Amino acid sequence: MARAVSKRRKLIVTVLAWSIGLLIFFPILWTILTSFKSEGEAIELPPKFLFFAWTTENYAVVQERSNYLLFAMNSILLALGSTLFALVIAIPSAWAMAFAPGKRTKDLLMWMLSTKMMPPVGALIPLYLIFRDFGLLDTRGGIITVLMLLNLPIIIWMLYTYFKEIPGEILEASRMDGASLGKELLYVLTPMAIPGIASTLLLNIILAWNEAFWTLALTTKDAAPLTQFIASYSSPEGLFWAKLSAASTMAIAPILVLGWFAQKQLVRGLTFGAVK
Amino acid sequence: MATQQTRALGKLAVAPSVFALFVWMIVPLAMTIYFSFLRYNLLDPNIACSLMHPGQLFDAENRCLAGFSNYTYFLTDPAFFKAMGNSLILVGWVLGISVAGGTLLALLLDQAFYGRGFVRIMMIAPFLVMPTVSALVWKNMMMNPVSGFLAYLFKLVGLQPIDWFAHAPMTAVVIMVAWQWVPFATLILLTSLQSLDEEQKEAAEMDGTPPLSYFWYIVLPHLIRPMTVVILIETIFLLNVFAEIYVTGTGGRAGNLPFLVYQYGLISNDIGGASAGGIIAVILANIVAFFLMRMIGKNLEA
Repeated sequence: MARAVSKRRKLIVTVLAWSIGLLIFFPILWTILTSFKSEGEAIELPPKFLFFAWTTENYAVVQERSNYLLFAMNSILLALGSTLFALVIAIPSAWAMAFAPGKRTKDLLMWMLSTKMMPPVGALIPLYLIFRDFGLLDTRGGIITVLMLLNLPIIIWMLYTYFKEIPGEILEASRMDGASLGKELLYVLTPMAIPGIASTLLLNIILAWNEAFWTLALTTKDAAPLTQFIASYSSPEGLFWAKLSAASTMAIAPILVLGWFAQKQLVRGLTFGAVK
Repeated sequence: MATQQTRALGKLAVAPSVFALFVWMIVPLAMTIYFSFLRYNLLDPNIACSLMHPGQLFDAENRCLAGFSNYTYFLTDPAFFKAMGNSLILVGWVLGISVAGGTLLALLLDQAFYGRGFVRIMMIAPFLVMPTVSALVWKNMMMNPVSGFLAYLFKLVGLQPIDWFAHAPMTAVVIMVAWQWVPFATLILLTSLQSLDEEQKEAAEMDGTPPLSYFWYIVLPHLIRPMTVVILIETIFLLNVFAEIYVTGTGGRAGNLPFLVYQYGLISNDIGGASAGGIIAVILANIVAFFLMRMIGKNLEA
């Protein structure tokens, strides 16, 4: 690991990397800064970076005007609800496929993956009509089910790759010792599976939180999450940059924090284990 | 090894997921195929049907059989060629930018420097931003021709600011989407770079291998596989870009295939036409999916 890197080279790379990093991050940084400006200063040119009258009133106004909390609550409920729902179905499946694989297990996994390849527009019309006819449009239950199904293949795949890494000898040892299937599950598998399940949970919350096709098409108000809340700012009368920035900052902040922890899981989950 | 009992239990455990995904995949697809052969408009009492088959409507909802006419109509609609073109431009450019940019950024992040963890999260952050936020931030604070930050920069160097969404909507969408997907490519390629054999690196260094040939003969061959994965996965997602176009209101000129289907269906209420468009999108996506599945499948064997 101890490769000699000259100090000068390290400094040059540091400057270069920080410049490019800040450049890429700039739109987000700018949004956060703008959210603390007054509307007047938000559109002022030349733009002010740090020396403006800092204010938090935008956050208060956003909450008051468009009921941010309701949308945020919906985002949390949809992300958590769909993820937990999917985990309940996925954990037994992934467990079975990893530890008691049959001849068809690989085909089955590939088939599950293939459902993810289906473009949403192929299902948009029927789903919209089904939702309309069953009164599911703009209901939390309806959209949670869709998000659950949408991410179920990724969840099963991720869990499968994690479960696969649990050494089989441990299971055999516990079986030799006469552990029943229930005990095997509870005392041997569960503790070892928890990290994988947590990683899967994390990735899926991020995916569900940012999902912006079905949430835009199937919700309007009551079940609408933050994606829809932000989209409502696209109308001309909603274009107040400082408030748009405050709303945006609140919508992305939780996921930026989660994403910090989830970098590895993102790679594994989104490449279906092809890159680890 | 697995006993009869565990096998049966295993089947039982897999059943709910298989059932859920089967229904999720088959029911909407079957309905879309069915609708694509109908004249079916949500709003109008269906004029087309009553003209074609006077007095003999297909059912209570004013639907009648259309044969392949939805397909011929959709496939000969000039908007279809435009949307296909836009889809291809979007996918092609974003792929090119993200593979090239992602490789460079991953190589940079693989170097030793101060604050690496922090720079890495700054570079990955755009991927975590929800698409509607990214669209509005770019449209307003960045690309607004009067007070946007880019306009400010253009004026600073004495150039005329570009009215992105009026004069170059496609470029604007490509920039927005690339901003979100370059980080994804970076993340995948960086992960793969870090699994490059440390000893190989050291050996190359000791032999005094010039950086370019080191990159060409050792790094690049190692990156070919993750690059293919990036290309295939991004293609699947990029073919389905919707929110960025919907929210910025660029659908008229920079609309892609998904947006056109959305327009047919939920704006013009032409369910038959939209369904035909949906099926065409499914067929196109399946061509890409075929190659992706083969790659991932091979990995499963290993």
